Amino acid sequence: MISMLLGLLLAPLLAGVINRVKAFFAGRRGRPLFQLYWDLARLVRKHMVLSRTTTPVFLLGPALSLASLVTCLALLPLGGPALLLFPGDLLVLLGLLGLVRFATVLAAMDTGSSFEGMGASREVAIGALAEPGMFLALAVLVVQTRVVSLSELWAHRGLDLWNSAGLVLALVGVALFLLLLAESCRIPVDDPNTHLELTMIHEVMVLDHSGPALAAIEYASSLKMWIGAVLISSLLFPFHTGSAGLDLLAGVAVVFLVALAVGLVESTSARLSMLRVPQFVGLSSALSLLALFLVIR
Amino acid sequence: MRPEILSFPEFSKRLTGRHLAALMGLPGRSGSVLMMAVTTPGAPEPEQEASACPPGGIQLPATVVEGAYPSLTPDHPQAHWFEREFFEQWGVRPEGHPWLKPVRFPQGHPGLTDFFQVQGEEIHEVAVGPVHAGVIEPGHFRFQCRGEEVLHLEISLGYQHRGVEQALPGASPGRAMAYVETLAGDTSVGHALAWCRNLEALAGVRVPPRAEVLRAVALELERLANHCGDLGALAGDVGYLPTASFCGRLRGDLLNLTALACGNRFGRGWIRPGGVAWDLDAVRAEQMRTRLGRVMKDVREALDLLNRSGSVQARFERTGIVTRQVALDLGLVGPAARASGLALDCRRQFPWGPYLQPPFPVCTARVGDVASRAQVRHDEMEVSARFLDGLLSSLPEGPVRTEMKGLASKAFSVSLVEGWRGQICQVAATDTQGNLLACKVVDPSFHNWFGLAVALRGQQISDFPLCNKSFNLSYCGHDL
Repeated sequence: MISMLLGLLLAPLLAGVINRVKAFFAGRRGRPLFQLYWDLARLVRKHMVLSRTTTPVFLLGPALSLASLVTCLALLPLGGPALLLFPGDLLVLLGLLGLVRFATVLAAMDTGSSFEGMGASREVAIGALAEPGMFLALAVLVVQTRVVSLSELWAHRGLDLWNSAGLVLALVGVALFLLLLAESCRIPVDDPNTHLELTMIHEVMVLDHSGPALAAIEYASSLKMWIGAVLISSLLFPFHTGSAGLDLLAGVAVVFLVALAVGLVESTSARLSMLRVPQFVGLSSALSLLALFLVIR
Repeated sequence: MRPEILSFPEFSKRLTGRHLAALMGLPGRSGSVLMMAVTTPGAPEPEQEASACPPGGIQLPATVVEGAYPSLTPDHPQAHWFEREFFEQWGVRPEGHPWLKPVRFPQGHPGLTDFFQVQGEEIHEVAVGPVHAGVIEPGHFRFQCRGEEVLHLEISLGYQHRGVEQALPGASPGRAMAYVETLAGDTSVGHALAWCRNLEALAGVRVPPRAEVLRAVALELERLANHCGDLGALAGDVGYLPTASFCGRLRGDLLNLTALACGNRFGRGWIRPGGVAWDLDAVRAEQMRTRLGRVMKDVREALDLLNRSGSVQARFERTGIVTRQVALDLGLVGPAARASGLALDCRRQFPWGPYLQPPFPVCTARVGDVASRAQVRHDEMEVSARFLDGLLSSLPEGPVRTEMKGLASKAFSVSLVEGWRGQICQVAATDTQGNLLACKVVDPSFHNWFGLAVALRGQQISDFPLCNKSFNLSYCGHDL
């Protein structure tokens, strides 16, 4: 319960951390750490402008995304078992993430804008490659540990696993990190800061949303990043110190370390050409597949 | 100089192998129009050094046209945009022009026009602008795409047409200067210089040597600031932050050097007919030199990061290629032409003052992709910085301005200046009383916009912003 509340509360801070790291490398002071919170507060108070061409699907997109992601949080263990746990909950998690993509794409297509259609087509193309990667990465852990629930994965032997199957975990870790970059629309796959519609993937799909709907989208994006980072933290670096508080603290610390790593990647590399993105995303599947072979060998 | 009036076939033949710097009209007798071209020597062969243009290197072939004439574009693609402008301004129809429509839409609305369309199940059309997401000028871009691949791009400009060419002849000298300095806001010095050199030629006034050197200082500072900004913007477009941020700041530092000399970051009010309005005292010259040295040290570091980053070079290389032949056919100018291997540079071809000796080095590249255009800018910054350092350490003594005189009557003058974006061509003609009769302004953007459209063929639509930035053309300089 606490970990879920913590997620809802701290998720927008990840963007602040990433921006600070980027600012540091660019020789700037950067925007305030809590800027996204202020932005959300501002957007919620604003009016919404709805295009005449849109249908209720346009608003269903952000609503469904946000609801799915909050549900995902309830499934995620962090510093302790998750609020909801049952065998096969990891499949539900992946399904919900797929639903987020579906809802966002549908809302984008609903506008009839050529920009948003372009963004939607890119998003789906990347999703088609990212989802198998995600399945494979989790499959590796399931086969390795013989448990089929996220919370049980977290509880399973913990850090000892690194001694017996370090290489496998490292491969899965890299795969999950690449997927995190792709799914949360960071460089080198997407550029969250660009104003150039023709180059965007995620940002271009939400161009027509405004006010509370945009706030929901922005908040959902930060939750998505939080979920990605928690997956890495809880499944690969589960701490079992005996004290629940310490476990949670360590888990959250790893989450912010992941954000730091994202910031480092963004500061030191340029975006990939759109043609190279499938290779980049496909790499995560390849790595997971390799790990899977190592496990079932 | 005087135009040579030729028969039409002879006129067309005279364009072969030459660079078309301008194509303009002058009112002729009884409703006819005198079509006049300004041509300069074509690019030297690959691997050959550019050389100073011999006397008579600029030619002014002209012909009388009325109603309609056979289009020049099929034989001389570089006339494509010019003929459309000519048609728009004079109502004379080039028969057989492949895509005859206005370029500026003085009547009507620029975006409301038929665009070239590709038909097919898988084809989709993307319209961008005229209002863009960034703080840039208005222009409309219409893409015909198959998936992510651009099959064709048509660029429709004219949103900023304000009739400068028409207003210039009747304007008071002060107002004309203000018009010229804002023809293209980032090329204030280049256009002001071209304008002043025309007036001085028409008045027979010689500019003192110290003023010529200060003008070169202004021109090169403008080039440094803009090239620096462009390289930073290129880095920003591929999401490479360090260089983007550093170059953004350094561009400001370079602009401030211009402000140090004349009080305006864009050099407005510095260049005036007869010389320059502001002298540079020894203390300031030395200050400028040290500051320039410091800025260039930082520039080198920022560009070193850019050049050594594999992820950046992967985006720049093989993107938006304009081959040498295409650049030649389209008559591209400036860094965009030099990146495709055309050794064209007015500082070398038509040198003046401090550019006379030694011959100014021309920076070229071969491939003609975004990487080449970035490389040429980088090299030109180094050359300009070295050149500036030399100028500032040995400023000639003497006055910086001579009194202007009245303009000669029935005279004609062409001025070619290498602005940071490329060849600026201005033409001025006077009437029997020595008043300006007609002015023609060709900003380098006018030559290059079509080059951008061609560079996009077969490219990813997501690479358009990057290609666009690598040309960085002026909308208002084109629209006039």
